[in-house]
Amino acid sequence: MTPEQEAIIAERRSYRRRRMIDAARLLPVFGVAFFSIPLLWSGAEGRTSTTSAMLYIFGIWAVLAATSAAISRHLRPEGGGSSRQAGGR
Amino acid sequence: MGKQVLVIEDEPNIIEAISYILSRDGWEVKTHSNGHDAVEAARARGPDLIVLDVMLPGKSGFDILHEIRGDAALGQVPVLMLTARGQNKDREMAERAGASRYMTKPFSNKDFLDAVRDLVRS
Amino acid sequence: MVTLNLLILICLAYVVFLFAVAFAADRAAIRGRGKWLNTPLVYTLSLSIYCTAWTFYGAVGFAARSGLEYVTIYLGPTLVMVGWWWALRKMVRVGRAQRITSIADLISSRYGKSNGLAVFVTIFAVIGTTPYIALQLQSVTLSFAVFTEAGAAIPLSHQSTALWVAAGLVLFTILFGTRNLDANERHHGVVMAIALEAVVKLFALLAVGVFVVWGLSGGVQGIVARIDASKIAEFDVSGSRWAGLTMLSAAAFLCLPRMFQVMVVENEDEGHLRMASWAFPTYLMLMSLFVVPIAVVGLDLMPEGANPDLFVLTVPLSEGQNGLAILSFLGGFSSATSMVIVAAIALSTMVSNHIVMPLWLSATGGTAVMSGDMRNVALLTRRFSIAGVIFLGYLYFHVSGGGTALAAIGLVSFAGVAQFLPAMIGGLFWRGATRSGAFAGLGMGFLLWLFTLFLPSFGPGTILPQAVFDQGLFGLIWLRPQALFGIVGLDPLVHAVMWSMTLNTGAFVLVSLLSFPQPVERLQAAQYVDVFQHSVTTGSWSGGMAQSEDLLIMSQRILGAPQAQAFFASAARAQGVNGYLPEPSPKFLNQLERELAGSVGGATAHAMVSQIVGRAAVSVEDLMAVADETAQIMEYSSRLEAKSAEQTRTARQLREANEKLTQLSVQKDEFLSQVSHELRTPMTSIRAFSEILRDTRELSAGEQAKYSSIIHDETVRLTRLLDDLLDLSVLESGRVNLNLQAGTLGNMLDRAEAAAGAGLRIERGKADGDIVLTTDLDRLAQVFINLMANTRKYCDADEPVLSISTMRTGGDLVIDFVDNGCGIRAGQQAVIFEKFSRLGDNTVGGAGLGLAICREIMTRLGGAISYLPGQAGAAFRVTLPLETRVAAQ
Repeated sequence: MTPEQEAIIAERRSYRRRRMIDAARLLPVFGVAFFSIPLLWSGAEGRTSTTSAMLYIFGIWAVLAATSAAISRHLRPEGGGSSRQAGGR
Repeated sequence: MGKQVLVIEDEPNIIEAISYILSRDGWEVKTHSNGHDAVEAARARGPDLIVLDVMLPGKSGFDILHEIRGDAALGQVPVLMLTARGQNKDREMAERAGASRYMTKPFSNKDFLDAVRDLVRS
Repeated sequence: MVTLNLLILICLAYVVFLFAVAFAADRAAIRGRGKWLNTPLVYTLSLSIYCTAWTFYGAVGFAARSGLEYVTIYLGPTLVMVGWWWALRKMVRVGRAQRITSIADLISSRYGKSNGLAVFVTIFAVIGTTPYIALQLQSVTLSFAVFTEAGAAIPLSHQSTALWVAAGLVLFTILFGTRNLDANERHHGVVMAIALEAVVKLFALLAVGVFVVWGLSGGVQGIVARIDASKIAEFDVSGSRWAGLTMLSAAAFLCLPRMFQVMVVENEDEGHLRMASWAFPTYLMLMSLFVVPIAVVGLDLMPEGANPDLFVLTVPLSEGQNGLAILSFLGGFSSATSMVIVAAIALSTMVSNHIVMPLWLSATGGTAVMSGDMRNVALLTRRFSIAGVIFLGYLYFHVSGGGTALAAIGLVSFAGVAQFLPAMIGGLFWRGATRSGAFAGLGMGFLLWLFTLFLPSFGPGTILPQAVFDQGLFGLIWLRPQALFGIVGLDPLVHAVMWSMTLNTGAFVLVSLLSFPQPVERLQAAQYVDVFQHSVTTGSWSGGMAQSEDLLIMSQRILGAPQAQAFFASAARAQGVNGYLPEPSPKFLNQLERELAGSVGGATAHAMVSQIVGRAAVSVEDLMAVADETAQIMEYSSRLEAKSAEQTRTARQLREANEKLTQLSVQKDEFLSQVSHELRTPMTSIRAFSEILRDTRELSAGEQAKYSSIIHDETVRLTRLLDDLLDLSVLESGRVNLNLQAGTLGNMLDRAEAAAGAGLRIERGKADGDIVLTTDLDRLAQVFINLMANTRKYCDADEPVLSISTMRTGGDLVIDFVDNGCGIRAGQQAVIFEKFSRLGDNTVGGAGLGLAICREIMTRLGGAISYLPGQAGAAFRVTLPLETRVAAQ
């Protein structure tokens, strides 16, 4: 692999990584948003049943967990975000 | 002695002095005052001895000497070189060029005559 | 029928099993074979101590009473875990970089290593956790009671059960929590044990859930029908409760001392967070999945007035599923005990480090610094603290009568520890947070929590009299514990949380803005808030080989490949490691630093090695030392460059001077040989004729006269030559003294004409004679004489005529001397001014210096003499200023 090709691949990798970090940052925001929906239920006229509420809540829960799993897998290399500096590989 | 000598020199007073000394000694003295045609003059006259000054107008005395030595007729003629420079390297240069003898000006008349006689005898 | 004895036996067996696991794990860790302890799975499971008996039992009770509200307790931590990139990552990174041992340590260290803050937080934490420990004891007691009520042989009072359990917990915790003082405060045995308990908890709850759904209700549809038919069929959670409790649980998740212990202190690898970010929410989800089904079934099956908190036990038991009931009991037992153990460890660490040890050190004046001594004291303190904390829990349990609903106590505790949140998060993200601010915030929060939640939790009349509830503190109506500032109608918990957090944060921010931090605080602030810039993950030694390779690459660049490899290979040999990559032990790193220092300087070597090994953040001092060294190096190299450039210049100048000298020397040699020649020539004539006159007798008078005059002439010639030489030398050296006079041109030319001698006709312009010059007249005359004499000597016309004409241009006078001869050839026109150059033959006897002298004279007079080509005959042009100034010599 030529150095240029290597550089491009490294570029993509670091770009992908940054987007993954963005996703990791955004996920809880979405979580908060979705879990705030039940706030609306108690005020609404149409009574929400416990079962449907359970379905919703546990459904979102599962989705959050799965998404978090997917993001974490892509954040594997350093796992901490701040990369090694000296000693270049 | 009846020998002929050709004096190639440009300073007139020196020519006069040498001519006087040599003719008093019995030489037939011919003179030539410039370097251009000195070799031709030498060939033409066929002297038994050549007295050659180094500093000549036209050609340098060393060049003339070279030509004389290279010439079939004049090759063996003894040449006495006179110069105002007296350093060792000039002496060497003269010997290399083929001068039979080398004298610096000013010289004593007696030395001059001795040298001339010597050259002709050998 | 499950007898109490059987239960106790099973319990003890389980406890022994836990002991064994803890022991094995500790041994493995000590022996260094603890790789299997260090998995992300163990870490994730250890987080499960968030799910205490409250989860196991209380959630069901909570659900039975208020429906889905219980879920909020788990949603908070879920969101925190999913959002690990925001807060948890920083907490863990800071914890590892700064070697934090507890939440009190974190807060105090961040705010300038303030021990006051640490003490404050410790006390606060103890007060906040005590009820929760009591909660666990209560749950275990109640669960025991369930079995005894079902027909046991020996009645067991609640109090003694609790005491026994407490004692057992003290024993376990002391045994595995204080075996040794790990500098990192890691307790591998305990972590392993609670990971195991996590599995048991989950399994038990899932088992009961599955039983309830598929065993009792006939599947999913059946349970859905039941739920719809139950009293909690409608989602009836108030918005403020939903949001408030979620936020509270999130805050508590971060601030609970036991959570901090497992999340930050016991964390082996920051990378574990990645798995925990999805695995723990999954765990929580599974734990809470069957809560509503169990609650609903319990409500259906159990008699009215049964404690819903215990449905997890009572339902299987009532259906005759004894095995399941025992499993469920073990699950509850695990939940309770794991919480107490870890909480006790966390609290005892804080108490020992921040309260007892400082006191002891100040008491002994810090003299007893023998580590053994301190170690023993520390261990002893820890043990006493563990016992004390658990006993306090027991005391609370005793005092509170054990009747309050479990859920309420738990939330009170949550609200208490949540007061740490502003100071902690603020400290991690805001450099402007100061110690005073933290004190203010914590103080305010604590106070409000006490007043609005903690004290009222004992029930009106226990500590706070009923009057305060109704009319407010000191009779001030707006200081009612559950209706501060007149806000009535809010759920007490939400009310308390709102006020305490708001005023806590407000005080924290305000006082931080107003106060000025100490230097240590500011340093710590930078280190904490910017921790990602400063630290690489402080690697465990298992990252060794990768670091060694990086070190080798770097060293090769500095030392060169052969030397670096040789150094590494010899170090590896010394360590007994195969190959050329040694372990990055401190000794090797020191050696490497010294080796590199030879090439790049000590500070730079240290910085480079530290960066790769990632142990310490490169300190500001290090960086400054590096910068200093670099500046020095740059200064040296620029000095070297300047010197080298100077040397090049000097060498060039020397070369040029040498060349000039060589040329001059050559010129001098030439001049000398020429002079010698010129002198010898007349000497020859003189000598020759002198000898002739001396030696020849018969000289005629004419001859005598002639020869004598020749001698005479030659001596004159010689003399003239010597005079000319001297004159020229004087002129050239510039040491000539000019005698400036004014005179007319006419006079000058007359003089020259007279001195030049007869035989030359000179034609002059008439008007020229009156021009006045100021110059050295003698010298100028010398020039004129010379030119006229030259004409006389060299002009080859039959009747030589010299025409002199003058011109004036500006301030200069131009005089042309033109003869009627044949002129001088182009090639010779420049040469004639050189020394000893003579044209034509030598009959006229000049020395050849005339024109050279003329040139020098004219130069000294500020003018010039040159040959004028293109005239009829030889022509010379003399220019000079009308007024000669004496130029610089």
